[in-house]
Amino acid sequence: MANFESGLRYSESHEYVRVEGEYGYIGISDYAQHALGNIVYVDMPEVDDEVTAGDEFGAVESVKAASDLIAPVSGTVVEVNEALEDEPELLNKDAFGNWIIKVQLSDPSELDNLMDVEAYRKHCEQ
Amino acid sequence: MNRTLYGNLIFELSKKGRKGYSLPQNYDRTHSTSELPEALRRGEAARLPECDELTVVRHYTNLSHNNFGVNDGFYPLGSCTMKYNPVINEEIAAMKAFAGLHPLQPAETCQGALEVYYNLQQSLAELAGLSEFTLNPCAGAHGELTGLMVIRAYHESRSDESRTKVLIPDSAHGTNPASAAICGLEVVEVKSLPDGTVDVEHLSQLLDEAGSQVAAMMMTNPNTLGIFEPRVLEITEMVHKAGGLMYYDGANLNALLGECRPGDMGFDVMHINLHKTFATPHGGGGPGSGPVGVRKGLEPFLPTPRVVFNEKDKLFCVNTAATPLATTAHDDSADASALGSVGSFLGNFGVMLKAYAYILTLGRENVKNVGPLATLNANYIKERLRDDYLLPIEGLCKHEVVFDGLADKSTDVTTMDVAKRLLDYGYHAPTIYFPLLFHESLMIEPTENESKETIDAFIDVMHTIANEAKSDPELVKTAPHNTPIGRVDDVLAAKHPVTTYWKSLEG
Repeated sequence: MANFESGLRYSESHEYVRVEGEYGYIGISDYAQHALGNIVYVDMPEVDDEVTAGDEFGAVESVKAASDLIAPVSGTVVEVNEALEDEPELLNKDAFGNWIIKVQLSDPSELDNLMDVEAYRKHCEQ
Repeated sequence: MNRTLYGNLIFELSKKGRKGYSLPQNYDRTHSTSELPEALRRGEAARLPECDELTVVRHYTNLSHNNFGVNDGFYPLGSCTMKYNPVINEEIAAMKAFAGLHPLQPAETCQGALEVYYNLQQSLAELAGLSEFTLNPCAGAHGELTGLMVIRAYHESRSDESRTKVLIPDSAHGTNPASAAICGLEVVEVKSLPDGTVDVEHLSQLLDEAGSQVAAMMMTNPNTLGIFEPRVLEITEMVHKAGGLMYYDGANLNALLGECRPGDMGFDVMHINLHKTFATPHGGGGPGSGPVGVRKGLEPFLPTPRVVFNEKDKLFCVNTAATPLATTAHDDSADASALGSVGSFLGNFGVMLKAYAYILTLGRENVKNVGPLATLNANYIKERLRDDYLLPIEGLCKHEVVFDGLADKSTDVTTMDVAKRLLDYGYHAPTIYFPLLFHESLMIEPTENESKETIDAFIDVMHTIANEAKSDPELVKTAPHNTPIGRVDDVLAAKHPVTTYWKSLEG
């Protein structure tokens, strides 16, 4: 069954943010990778792109379905996880260890709109 | 492929220099490859397989035996309405008098064919509760695009060009947003309630926010979960009030055939998949046909050519000019508003012959049984499988039923495993992992064609698989075992598809 990692902020659409200083590492939760099944492609933005909370910033494609990635927070992309271009299955192996993009947060107060791990676990159980 | 010599790839059967043909010497030397630019010329001979005729025939006959269609067995592919294609339809479409026609021959010489075409336009309009149909689009998605172009042309004719948004429920088939995007319109998603039906409160909020920009709402009814939208009348009224049109995706029309009509529910434009609802071949290239119908007042926006009946001369003719805008105020824009042609000539005429033969075979008295029998079959399966498979939505379904995988979630056996195991028992798998509302969707659509014995046998196998998932999960997780090819590696196929044969043909 799915793992839940504490200390992260989660969105209803199953993205997480790990905050380190002024930066946020955004990825998909273990629950999300589990539901998607084997992931075969990750469509990511480019460095310097702006992402807006609630808007899509890319997509993940699995053998079951293609799914939009929704930004949990707003900011500027400072790094993308290039390893996912060749090995999208890294998300299946370790969703929390393999973030998708790193953003410079433009509005840290948006983090308050996201769930903590306990709230997110309840959200998934619904 | 089969595990026999002839089940090998045709390239593997190749022997250098072996031939199954002889060609006469070429005395015509006026054409030479040297006339082609250097860049277009092959550096070396194409690496084609070399086989004798008997080997070729056995190889392809083998391949054909690996096919599975409605004529081979039960094919409960949800959302696809895999009906039996009656032989009489094929016989009629193959008649020389039809098959030998040329699309450009004079109308006076093919009155019978044009009459059939005209009658099908009329029959579909009556069955759908709409005013007129075009039979030109060649597939369902082609029909969606055509329908949206009709809607856009209608708004443009009223100089209302700010309507660029299309409302689409999040449960819709993927073709809906794709068609809207291709038509240059913006997709706005309407949320679903937990029972899968349209969230009317969310729709109301969207209309309040941007109703004046809404070109149309696209809806499938029953929706992709096989549930009839109970508030459809309210929905069509709301969208009309905001100035938008209602588009009906005919994918699931089979559930309603003969019972109720999209036109009566307030839909303005729709497409019908003849290859679903009207029993023409579906899959394997079909070809398909996606006629589009409109309510009264929208006829001038339909594409051309259409077949019309000339009362004066008592002749059916092919009309390539737009229908005059007699019913609207803008007489001068008659030509401007027509879409023109959306395909080649009149569309897939052979498919139309089959659909019309199907309608006449059923007749008015039997067509009304189609929807109810398809619905009865789906509900029978639902009730008999609900102990073993998780039923996420209670209540009556229409022509198809969606389960959310096995009821017993402790075994780790997935919907994919169940579907693969069904192949071992000689069934085509149902639709899996669609709709996306559930993680383990398994969508079964039996159609009205199947006997109780066929459905009972399928139900027994589904019970057997549910039991196997508990007693021997590994057996199910590694299925299929009895098919020519075992479990396919989906990830490898998606990430590293190999579609050419590169091994040397020497030897």
